[in-house]
This record gives sequence, structure tokens and C-alpha cells, in this order.
Amino acid sequence: MSETIKKFLYLNRKAPYGTIYAWESLEVVLIGAAFDQDVSLAFVEDGVYQLTKDQDTTGIGMKNFSPTYAALGDYEVKKIFIEKESLDERGLTLDDLQHLVWEDEDDDWAEKDSIKLVSREEMTALMEDADVVFSF
Amino acid sequence: MPIEVNGKSLETDEEGYLANINDWEPGVAEVMSKEDDLELTDEHWDIINYLREYYEEYQIAPAVRVLTKAVGKKFGKDKGNSKYLYGLFPYGPAKQACRYAGLPKPTGCV
Repeated sequence: MSETIKKFLYLNRKAPYGTIYAWESLEVVLIGAAFDQDVSLAFVEDGVYQLTKDQDTTGIGMKNFSPTYAALGDYEVKKIFIEKESLDERGLTLDDLQHLVWEDEDDDWAEKDSIKLVSREEMTALMEDADVVFSF
Repeated sequence: MPIEVNGKSLETDEEGYLANINDWEPGVAEVMSKEDDLELTDEHWDIINYLREYYEEYQIAPAVRVLTKAVGKKFGKDKGNSKYLYGLFPYGPAKQACRYAGLPKPTGCV
């Protein structure tokens, strides 16, 4: 019997604070990681702000959960897609975002990049290709 | 129910985890382990300290799977398995070690 591995795509569309969507999505990803599925994360529109560096939440009384994204590699989440047009529209580049990596146990724990910049067209194809899309 | 640590009363939730992570001091682990009839060794402290470092860096408690892998990497492959961790913490690394370390219940603890 073969186990069914499904392609899960978590689509993150909202800014990190102000709504609970970003944190909820991250929690679901971390919990879902226990089920050994094929997991991808996508960040589009204001969702790209979730990964920006140097977040400071002291003024809004919420926990700064941005350090948690760096743990995704530990949870075997290695495919993180950022939509280029969303960055461009907000005057951001990849340099404004955290550098996320995963460690390859089979390659002497070498750090490998998790983030991949994709075009809107490629993002559409990723959504088409996924078995399940969770939109947050 | 609050626990008494070095003359201070610290708030805990219904499962015995510290309500406020900043209340933690080594005495918390001592008091909690005494209640479980467990004597803490250096090996226990390695795990407790590692969990605190992990939380400090990532703001979450690691899932057991993640902890197991990390312990193997940091303390040697022979220790990177659940048998070793359950040997130290019979109630489970999440339920016991994270609690002693003052962390909330791990995310991904299913």
C-alpha cells in the first residue's frame, strides 16, 4: 500500500499584524508538518510583509512572531515562494526579507535556501499544481 | 494552581505550565521535578537549557520530532531518538521537559 502524499499550498495574503491570519497560518503549517505531506508556502500581496526583517511590535502590544519563520526549516518546510510582483508593488526586494534556510542532514547539515522568487504567472501555476490550497 | 519557588508564588495554567515564561528560574524545574519524583541530572539540564535557547531564538517550543533531531545534532547521534528523551522524561519531552523549562505547550503537539 502506498501512502498518499498530497501537495499542500499555504497561501499567505495578509500583513502580519492587525488580523490573526498570518499567525494562524503559521501555526497550522507547524502542526500540519507532522503529517509528512508535500508542503509549500506562498507569500503574495500584503502577505510578503510577514517575512520582512526587523519587525518591532512593542507599539501594538502583540507578540513578534517573525522569528518563528526561521524554524520552518526544522519542520521540513523547505519550499517558500515569494511573488515578485507583490514585492515590486510595495517597493520591497528579497533583501528586505528574512533569509530562510533549511539544513540538509544528508549533506553534513549544509544550509540551503528555502525562499524562491517567482513571477505572478509561476505563482498561478503553483496554485494549479497543488492538491489543496489553504488561503489565509 | 500556583507553584511555590524560592518563596515566590508563580501562576500556572490548568496543565501545570508556567503562565508567564518570564517567571522562570532554575528553581522552577527543581520544584516541578520534585513533584514528579524525578531527580534532575546534567543530561536533563542539557535538554531544558536547549529548549529555552530554542524558544529564545524562534519564539516557539519545538515539536518532539524537531527536538529529537536537534538533540542528535547537538549532543550526539546516540541521543537523537525518542527512547533517550523518554528515558530522561518519562511523561514525554513535551509534557515534562517543556514544562520544566517554563515554555508553553509545544506547537505541533498532536
